[in-house]
Amino acid sequence: MTAKIAYDEVEVGTELPVRSFPVTRATLVQYAGASGDFNPIHWNEKFAKGVGLPDVIAHGMFTMAEAIRVVTDWTGDPGAVVEYGVRFTKPVVVPNDDQGAVIEVGGKVAAKLDDNTVRVDLVVTSGGQKVLGMSRAVVRLA
Amino acid sequence: MALDQSFVGRSYPPTEPYEVGREKIREFAEAVGDANPAYTDPEAAKALGHPDVVAPPTFVFAITFKAAGAVVQDPQLGLDYSRVVHGDQKFAYTRPVRAGDRLTVTSTIEAIKSMAGNDILDVRGEVHDEAGEHVVTAWTKLVARAADSGEGQD
Repeated sequence: MTAKIAYDEVEVGTELPVRSFPVTRATLVQYAGASGDFNPIHWNEKFAKGVGLPDVIAHGMFTMAEAIRVVTDWTGDPGAVVEYGVRFTKPVVVPNDDQGAVIEVGGKVAAKLDDNTVRVDLVVTSGGQKVLGMSRAVVRLA
Repeated sequence: MALDQSFVGRSYPPTEPYEVGREKIREFAEAVGDANPAYTDPEAAKALGHPDVVAPPTFVFAITFKAAGAVVQDPQLGLDYSRVVHGDQKFAYTRPVRAGDRLTVTSTIEAIKSMAGNDILDVRGEVHDEAGEHVVTAWTKLVARAADSGEGQD
């Protein structure tokens, strides 16, 4: 594994570049196919509203996949991720329009750990609301 | 109805091997819009020290969740799957999943709780390669919401 960020150059509080990830209905259909998760709450408005949701929502695992990109783009090597966990707190609602929704992800180094690893805490929001809680990754640096 | 606590600690037999293909990894990376060349270009992956293209960190969920299906659909456990939403998800990696892996999953029920009418089930999936080496462990918290509650995510 060869991360491009050096452990010695990182401090607690170091911020990772903030990213925005757009998500439309087409994104969700594509993710459903790639992941094999065809739950209709992710593509069928009538079904989603029928189970009490405001509209179609993104797969929680799609949001989780986007959020870690802030870390993997920072280190360069996806294999540097040692641990990654999230709590799904609020759904990302995806309206059927040209805009869809946007997932905003920021992160900062929360702790320096053993073996050149650091813990990165992620803040993941959509429409101004936190959509993932306890979103943390442990990543091995160079 | 509260789930039977005697299921805590129960393990299910390992799944049949899932063979990880380069094109499946590419398809997944494209679906999440991630252009990292380590997912699609074997030379780029090798430059990072990997023998073949690697999968994005959450790729393995499709495999572990399918394995967890044997647990959540165990008729003896009696979980109402129509009310299940995804609460938490965590992964701990020994190494990244990569093309050519033949992965088996062993699922274990770690905990069963009942809170405010919701049944909460923690399932651990241990993923091993063909040589029997550990690759990744996935922890999935599933919440079967009380019948009068409507919101859900996954």
